[in-house]
Amino acid sequence: MIPRSFEYHAPQSVSEAIELLQKYGDTARLLAGGHSLIPMMKIRFAEPEHLVDLGKVAELRGIREQGKELRIGAMTTENDLIWSTLVQQKCPLLVEAARLIGDPQVRYKGTLGGDISHGDPGNDHPAIMLALGASFVLVGSNGERVVAADDFFVDTYVTALEPDEVLTEIRVPVLAKNTGWCYAKLKRKIGDFATAAAAVVLTMKGDTVKEVAIALTNAGATAFRAREAEDSLRGKKFDDAAIAEAARLVMSICDPAEDLRGDVEYKTAMTGEMTRRALRTARDRAI
Amino acid sequence: MANKHTVSFKLNGNDVDVVVEARELLIHTLRERLATTGPHIGCETTHCGACTVDLDGASVKSCTVLTVQCQDAEVLTIEGLEQNGELHALQEGFTQEHGLQCGYCTPGMITRAYRLLQENPNPSEEDIRYWMAGNLCRCTGYQNIVKAVQFAAEKLSSAQA
Ligand SMILES: Cc1cc2nc3c(=O)[nH]c(=O)nc-3n(C[C@H](O)[C@H](O)[C@H](O)COP(=O)(O)OP(=O)(O)OC[C@H]3O[C@@H](n4cnc5c(N)ncnc54)[C@H](O)[C@@H]3O)c2cc1C
Ligand code: FES
Ligand code: FES
Repeated sequence: MIPRSFEYHAPQSVSEAIELLQKYGDTARLLAGGHSLIPMMKIRFAEPEHLVDLGKVAELRGIREQGKELRIGAMTTENDLIWSTLVQQKCPLLVEAARLIGDPQVRYKGTLGGDISHGDPGNDHPAIMLALGASFVLVGSNGERVVAADDFFVDTYVTALEPDEVLTEIRVPVLAKNTGWCYAKLKRKIGDFATAAAAVVLTMKGDTVKEVAIALTNAGATAFRAREAEDSLRGKKFDDAAIAEAARLVMSICDPAEDLRGDVEYKTAMTGEMTRRALRTARDRAI
Repeated sequence: MANKHTVSFKLNGNDVDVVVEARELLIHTLRERLATTGPHIGCETTHCGACTVDLDGASVKSCTVLTVQCQDAEVLTIEGLEQNGELHALQEGFTQEHGLQCGYCTPGMITRAYRLLQENPNPSEEDIRYWMAGNLCRCTGYQNIVKAVQFAAEKLSSAQA
């Protein structure tokens, strides 16, 4: 399986990449790790005429701490995240999620920016970004803008990115004290996308829930937050009844696509179960 | 020639230049232009790991890398592991511990294990299973593959000591 013919471009900088995107319009596609795009090009699900490879753009890699945020270059790979002591210390949820993505070889190539930009509800980072309240720096011919994760995921394969924009940086709040976190993912085997998965970030005050975010993978057209379930927990005592009610509210808004991983009913039930597990683990880690 | 690119990289320590279409996958360049048939094609869909090579210090599935992405890169395949007629400790380990049966997955397995041991010279069994999970084997049941990697890890660390 070999992709259709295309022209290959290897810009050295973000501004060069944007110029190429402007020049070739919607016949161009950015190439990051290529581990979603190349498989799609092989099966002719994507047929770009121009491929703009970000691989040589050094400014897009690296992880640093600034104020209360981690700032992560879009071309940072999953293994870079897993092995970063900064990320391990400041945002272990990101490490937990990255370790559940694909397999080792996929994680050497796949990038955080690509996983977010791809817009596939089966990707794991979108739910993580929603749960963390991350934001994304998008740079295009009209300059730079910062978009909240909550406003980024529009539909399957559709994001807030304009055709001439590059996602350059991911900004992730450092987890506060007394904050627990968990990504619970059910998959059939190593290297599989989620049958169902839930990301939880939870801050406790004694026995009660002070703040909580719940975001779901592969339970609809995009990753999304379960707002009603969050509301049901906030300010409440964290007990079995509260967990059960949150999971019920989560399941009431699931709309997963049926596929080989399961039918709608099964995936919905599993999303409920992943929510329960993620909540419990997050709570144990919050104390 | 509009769509053709000259790509120069190092393959097992030797400089090579190839002229390829942008869409050519690294596995095809290696196997069909450079007579480097150690990396195998198992699935072509990024799942099996038989095509694994070492690219700039990373294990990658060469069926999912474009050759044009490899300008100035260092590529290592199973062919590059033997040094001066002596097998690499991993190759010896796979022989000693019976880490293969049909051998189809083996070049990918060993190339992957090579990078794993560079990063983690003393992996636990759990580490080995987790970090080798991108390579499928239809024959061995993995038990002896784990032992082969452990054999190599021990041999390499005692050679260091
Ligand atoms: C066997 C296998 C298993 C996998 N399992 C999982 C899994 O469990 N969970 C998971 O989340 N993913 C999984 N993936 C997908 C993998 O993580 C991809 O690497 C990821 O989805 C895309 O990142 P990439 O860097 O490879 O991007 P690419 O494939 O290069 O690009 C993907 C899309 O994003 C666009 N894009 C990339 N970077 C940018 C940018 N900086 N700005 C704007 N647009 C950009 C591209 O134009 C393209 O449309 C798997 C892939 C394989 C092959
Ligand atoms: S042939 Fe490349 S992963 Fe199977
Ligand atoms: S030895 Fe036959 S596939 Fe591994």
